[in-house]
Amino acid sequence: MAEARKILLEPVVDNNPIMLQVLGICSALAVTTSMLPALLMCIAMTSVAALSNAAISSIRRRIPNNIRIIVQITIIASFVIVVDQLLKAYAFETSKQLSVFVGLIITNCIILGRAEAFAMSNGPALSFLDGIGNGLGYSAVLLVVAFLRELFGAGSLFGTQILPLTSGGGWYEANGLMLLPPSAFFIIGLLIWAVRTARPKQVEKPEYQIHEVHRTEVL
Amino acid sequence: MPEEKKPGFSRDSISNTLVVAIGVSLVCSVLVSAAAIVLRPLQEANQNEFRQRIVLEVAGLYDPDVSIEQQFDNIETRLVDLETGEYVDDLDPQAFDAEAAANDPKLGVKIPKDEDIASIGRRAVYAPVYIVMDGGEPQQYILPVRGKGLWSTLYGYLSVEPDGRTVSGLRFYEHAETPGLGDQIEREAWLAQWPGQQLFDEQGDPQIKVVRGTVQPGPDAIHQVDGLSGATLTANGVTNLIRYWTGSHGFGPYLANLSSEANDNG
Repeated sequence: MAEARKILLEPVVDNNPIMLQVLGICSALAVTTSMLPALLMCIAMTSVAALSNAAISSIRRRIPNNIRIIVQITIIASFVIVVDQLLKAYAFETSKQLSVFVGLIITNCIILGRAEAFAMSNGPALSFLDGIGNGLGYSAVLLVVAFLRELFGAGSLFGTQILPLTSGGGWYEANGLMLLPPSAFFIIGLLIWAVRTARPKQVEKPEYQIHEVHRTEVL
Repeated sequence: MPEEKKPGFSRDSISNTLVVAIGVSLVCSVLVSAAAIVLRPLQEANQNEFRQRIVLEVAGLYDPDVSIEQQFDNIETRLVDLETGEYVDDLDPQAFDAEAAANDPKLGVKIPKDEDIASIGRRAVYAPVYIVMDGGEPQQYILPVRGKGLWSTLYGYLSVEPDGRTVSGLRFYEHAETPGLGDQIEREAWLAQWPGQQLFDEQGDPQIKVVRGTVQPGPDAIHQVDGLSGATLTANGVTNLIRYWTGSHGFGPYLANLSSEANDNG
């Protein structure tokens, strides 16, 4: 039980796929201009991660080594298509905003990474939880980024105006940069900094140390 | 699930590789096609409503607080025989599917090579038009247009004023152009240049053009809109599809009828 709990919660802060492993950045930049698409993307991503992990894990002993990546991708791609079809049927407007990014979940490194690293060597139930856990880790970052971007970029949350904009007679001058992809880079960078300051264990060792040069050596 | 290791079973054997490859493909394809078939009616309803919303948007009438069905009350849908430009009443315009009809041997025609500047191959002999009415007077005529961009077919609506010559709006509802480049055709600021553009020259030939760069002042500026940087081929596609659909093989005869009617009344 403790293990299941660890698998589920560890990826949220301690081993976050975006913040520690710096995977899945592409979609984190693209779909975080507002909360609603970010939330849908999180749900899509988490369900694909959990289902594909469970499916891959349940046939892991039969998957031939030399075609394992193809098999994993086939399974992941099928779930992504199903999720995409569901979104088009039940959340049409938002699925238009997400456009290609739902399809691109197929190439999201987090999902293939978890399939290869976890599902291929653990049972279906644990793999399912691992998928949910990593999905939640991804979602946590996405939602924080989307929260900041929508609040400061458009003065709203989930489309509801929170800070009255100057263009509508209020006092808040919207920060246009927040709506552009680079701002997500800055926010994710700051988040990584904050988390690594709070948990120094996550700081990577420098690959090499700059050698201090003494005057005599140069001469 | 614990699996007994069968003697002689090797998961890397050719037979197991084939079994897994075929099995996974089969199961996945059944899953994907089941989802596609079960969800299609819902998706089509969404798509339809979305198209109607674009029709309202291109007319500048869209109000998110009122149901689309209700807003469509002011819009009359008619079918036009493209060759003559006259209305036809023997088919239900709501149920007419122009794309399906284009491939029908009776209801579709092949577009001659030299006419087919929009690269669409075939079109239906009839086309729906949406007429925005206000107090019994037509205000705008909204024509469905489509044509090849760079990667995909662009689908949209062109709204024309009752004089049959002046654009009053343009919107696209479906395309698969490059995100960030070609999809600028959906940008509000670019679309805002279209209203007021003149479709034809003195001789009645379609003259609309998306230029490269920005429009230079001159006699042709009334037919031109700014280009899209990084999306020249998509922009050329827009030029071609507007020219095709306003040309003699497209809605040309219909628009000419509108023009002469407007002249008679004025």
